[in-house]
Amino acid sequence: MSLDVASIRKDFPVLHRLINDKPLVYLDSANTSQKPQVVIDALANFMANGYAPINRSAYQLAAEATDLFEGTRTALAKFINAPKAHEVIFTKNATEALNLVILSWGRANMKAGDTVLLTHMEHHANIVPWHMLVAERGIQLRWIPLTSDGQLDLSNLDSLLQGVKVFSFTAMSNVLGTINPVQQLCAAAHKAGALAIVDACQSVPHQLTDVQAWDADFVTFSSHKMCGPSGVGVLWGREALLEALPPFLGGGNMIADVRLDGFTTAELPAKFEAGTPAIAEVIALGAAVRYLDNLGMANIRRHEIEMSTYVLNSLTERFGDDITIHGPTNPELRGATFSFAFRGIHPHDLSQVLDQSNVCVRAGHHCAKPLMRILGANATARASFYLYNTQQEADMLADALDSASDIF
Amino acid sequence: MAGLEDLYREIILDHYRTPRNRGELDAPAVSAEGHNPLCGDEIRIFVDVQDGVVTDVRFNGSGCSISQSSASMMTSAIKGKPVDQVKAIVKKFKSMMTVDEDESPVDESLNLGDLEALQGVVKFPVRIKCATLGWNTLLDALTTAGQ
Repeated sequence: MSLDVASIRKDFPVLHRLINDKPLVYLDSANTSQKPQVVIDALANFMANGYAPINRSAYQLAAEATDLFEGTRTALAKFINAPKAHEVIFTKNATEALNLVILSWGRANMKAGDTVLLTHMEHHANIVPWHMLVAERGIQLRWIPLTSDGQLDLSNLDSLLQGVKVFSFTAMSNVLGTINPVQQLCAAAHKAGALAIVDACQSVPHQLTDVQAWDADFVTFSSHKMCGPSGVGVLWGREALLEALPPFLGGGNMIADVRLDGFTTAELPAKFEAGTPAIAEVIALGAAVRYLDNLGMANIRRHEIEMSTYVLNSLTERFGDDITIHGPTNPELRGATFSFAFRGIHPHDLSQVLDQSNVCVRAGHHCAKPLMRILGANATARASFYLYNTQQEADMLADALDSASDIF
Repeated sequence: MAGLEDLYREIILDHYRTPRNRGELDAPAVSAEGHNPLCGDEIRIFVDVQDGVVTDVRFNGSGCSISQSSASMMTSAIKGKPVDQVKAIVKKFKSMMTVDEDESPVDESLNLGDLEALQGVVKFPVRIKCATLGWNTLLDALTTAGQ
């Protein structure tokens, strides 16, 4: 079934906002997505009519809040096909989820000389915590290079994996749009005896996620890129691994007992959820999960393949060699996130000119500076499309790009 | 709403297309590197200070039209000037950009010349960091030079 994008757009109030009397063309969803009315309502309704603490009070209002909060956990577990709901851990964002698993697992299991395999297309959130372990533990980092069209060069994967303790990689590049073969990579990691950590921040909002089919060990993603509120990240991990993983943040909610001489951790998932969480935001994330699930992730993926096909064809036809679009040219191998260079105009200047037409794109290094250096750029402009974007908006991007040439 | 003509003045685009004093300086000149962590712009400023005078200055790196033209205009404005006068120009410029932090008075009599064209950047607050990148890096380079 194809998406009824016109109907979907009605669900997102901000898409109807005029700025300086012109419509908004929001092409920055890889950064953060817009919110449908059901999510806004869930947030507002809970704040207005249901707000209460979770997990710690006996009165009805608190019990309702706890049920709503845990409802999101159950919905998310189903959404990513996790075997058990308590394997789903809420953090403050995907970056914290990655830090939790990297630092907690690394400190418990890694010593000087141990090796981690990463890729050249990682986000800083899957690089910097490892650098911290390099400084703290003396571990070593190894990297998978890229092919000229922005895919992982897997020709030496088995030898790169030799002696590796952890293979940590993105499911989809936030710069190149490249979708990586997660299942194949997890299988290769396990064959080499390595743990497989998947940064699925860009992938979960845009296509079906099945952590069991992937056979991953840990998967992280964020709420705000999948139509939910900001302030919530998700870590999924295999039950046995989470049981063995030392706690990351200490405090309230994560303990079974605290004594003068020590503490005992709570059961999963509370063990990793110290302190008061983003209660309302987690509850509203549940509405986002149900919204996406109703539309069907396979349908969303199909819409984005169609968008990718249109964007790649129309921009290339119109601008030829004046535009360089990074990443795979085959829409089946990529998401609808396009980093590009245009007529030698600096991405900041480009995004400033596009803003005159309310075309919202990101300009910068996209928190992937190692990849930027490989691309030979300090920055790129990035247009990213989601379930509410149309071909007409891709045309408006192209028109706005043309107007930049009048200035530079 | 502020129009692009406020930002991309002709003199700015001229310095962007034809940067002045672009390049490097050998020792005894010193240099400092500046980054805009938000956008990845990088700049390196080289200064040669002799007897309290900035006898030569160069810059290289990459960045947007605002950061590059601002650095280019800066080098033209300070070359050959005594360090205390250079610092007064930096202060006046940062004050124009609304990011002058210390309490000492700005020398209102100073004429910023072409640099006045960058006034329009203030209407685009996100770009103020672009315009001031080279200037902050210059201050670092002067510190390295013992000034």
